[in-house]
Amino acid sequence: MPQMSIVEALNQAIAEEMARDERVFCLGEDVSDANGGYGGAFAVTRGLHGKFGPERVLNTPISEMLIVGMAVGAAMAGMRPIADVQYGDFLFCCMDQLVNQAAKMRYMSGGRVSVPMVMRAPVGATGRGAQHAQSLEGFFTHAPGLKVICPATAYDAKGLLKTAIRDDNPVLVFEHKLLYGGKRTESGALSMVGEVPAEDYTVPFGRGVVRREGKDITIVANLLMMYRAMDAAAELDEDDISCEVIDPRTLAPFDYELVIESLRKTRRLMIVHEDTYSNGWGAQLASYIAEHEIYLLDAPIKRLAAYDVPIPCAPVMEKFVIPSTARIIDAARSLMKM
Amino acid sequence: MKNTDTIQLESDVSAKTVVALPERTKALGMYESMVRIRKYEEQIYFLFLEGRISGSIHQSHGQEACAVGVLYDTRPTDYMASTHRPAGHDLAKGVSLRAMMCEMFGKANGCCHGKGGAMHMGDISVGAVPANAIVGSNIPIAVGMAYSCKLRRTDDIVVCFFGDGATNEGGFHEGINGAALWDLPVVFVCENNFYGASTHVQATMKVQTIAERAAAYGIPGERIDGNDLMAVNEAATRAIARARRGGGPTLLELMTYRIAGHSRSDASAYRPDDEESAWLARDPIKLFRGRLVEEKVATDAELDAIENSVQEEVDGAVQFAESSQDPEPEDALRNVYAGEGEV
Ligand SMILES: Cc1ncc(C[n+]2csc(CCOP(=O)(O)OP(=O)(O)O)c2C)c(N)n1
Ligand SMILES: [Mg+2]
Repeated sequence: MPQMSIVEALNQAIAEEMARDERVFCLGEDVSDANGGYGGAFAVTRGLHGKFGPERVLNTPISEMLIVGMAVGAAMAGMRPIADVQYGDFLFCCMDQLVNQAAKMRYMSGGRVSVPMVMRAPVGATGRGAQHAQSLEGFFTHAPGLKVICPATAYDAKGLLKTAIRDDNPVLVFEHKLLYGGKRTESGALSMVGEVPAEDYTVPFGRGVVRREGKDITIVANLLMMYRAMDAAAELDEDDISCEVIDPRTLAPFDYELVIESLRKTRRLMIVHEDTYSNGWGAQLASYIAEHEIYLLDAPIKRLAAYDVPIPCAPVMEKFVIPSTARIIDAARSLMKM
Repeated sequence: MKNTDTIQLESDVSAKTVVALPERTKALGMYESMVRIRKYEEQIYFLFLEGRISGSIHQSHGQEACAVGVLYDTRPTDYMASTHRPAGHDLAKGVSLRAMMCEMFGKANGCCHGKGGAMHMGDISVGAVPANAIVGSNIPIAVGMAYSCKLRRTDDIVVCFFGDGATNEGGFHEGINGAALWDLPVVFVCENNFYGASTHVQATMKVQTIAERAAAYGIPGERIDGNDLMAVNEAATRAIARARRGGGPTLLELMTYRIAGHSRSDASAYRPDDEESAWLARDPIKLFRGRLVEEKVATDAELDAIENSVQEEVDGAVQFAESSQDPEPEDALRNVYAGEGEV
């Protein structure tokens, strides 16, 4: 099977879907690589201009409201746009289009109008300060009408993005800057390459995946935190603490069943995300388990998340704010003592 | 298209009268201020290449005449709102170079205590608002600051910098319209360096200049050679005076060019060679220095002495920053809300 980075997997998914379906097109700032342009801030749309031309790889002015509003409108009128912002934080510039318009259109029309659009946004802290760092999944899992996905492997990136493009609803795709792989160097980046089948495939929404089996603690973690949980699990093995790591892959819809099934075995739950602590998807998962399956648990639920602060720039503070492998290990040890 | 722009600017400029040099103290002060920006940015680039500072950088060298020409005559109580490319503006507004260097190293004594970083530099005590990394978002904020200046019955003004790219954000339209509507004391300064990231300005708008957008708001708009320090200073002086006397905002479009790429590792592959060489030959510091010497305001030796002393200042700042304390990791938890009894 071909090996590739997440950037390459996303690029392939878009290229294949654009070839398969004429309604699919990309728009965003610097998405084209014509005349020395970037081909996307993280090079995800590189090469697409050459294959599909400027109309289907539309470079826009720096106008997020235009980008997203156009995507909503084009989707309502028969197209399948893939919109792009350079950093997830900029989604706040177009919240109205996402939350008031895209999310509510289907409902307000009594089911008569749908908005089959994809909104791609990179998340994660990379030493650039508070306005280029936020993990903002929680804002969007809170908005009925939006689907939210967060692929952490090349296989999932391609398969989930294809599902997103074919879905008849607005889908937000959160991609982690430190997982993209490829040529871009970045301190703390994991150069993720993974196997991606050559043939067409999709990954369904609402299905998490067990990344590692274990019997003592279930750790649910997404994006970069999933890898930290895996590293922690490997170390905890030496302490005879066996962790099962679940990657939810999609946050809305969420695969509660997979977590519950795992808890029947482990009876202990830890949730880790890079989004802030309060009111995010981790809080939702914890409350869901407490509400429906509290008797499965032998210990309180442990949650690790970024502290409730904007992301600071200085490396020592940034590192402190975001859950580290060491913090996951400590938390697991204390959870086993409860 | 790109080449015509260059040519068009040059013919515009030659048609205009040359603005006379100011008296010697101001002339040398402005020269020093431009050199400070240049040497700071060159040092930052070097530190970045060496891996001694991390994150990303958006550098302002090449655009020094814009920052210095506009800000040289402002007061510390005037506000200045900058962008993701703030170092030149901050230095020209009087932010301590040492405190900025410390911020670049993520130190506790940085101008934002290490929390802001390269894109949020500022020091409100000299009127430099923490810079804004959301393109265009500083524009409505600047308008609010100007409203405050008006309501408090001061004659302070606000200088709001942004790039060509930012003029396509909603905040540009909403902000300038509001400032015009209420005759607020703002000088909107668009540094048109031809590109927003990798995209040429002419690929983002149908009109030929940004200055002409001012007409839509009923305010004056002017296109000026942003590498000609005195031309910038002359236009800024008029715009600032108009704002101070309650005459309302002005939109200045300063044609300029960045020396470095858009951000850290950008090689500017989208810039044609002839455009690059034409503009880099019009280095604003060299142009001004040429006039200072030619018109016998200063000798080469005097100007070299200024350069050397600024270089020492920059080197000293690097040493100072490297030997300064990192913040405590837990400091990350402070400053989220006002009213926590913090310093
Ligand atoms: C709202 C928003 N959109 C996009 C970006 C990414 N971005 C940062 S700088 C930049 C280009 C800005 O161009 P311009 O306004 O011309 O300023 P310049 O960089 O040339 O100084 C872009 C697209 C951002 N920081 N904020
Ligand atoms: Mg620009």
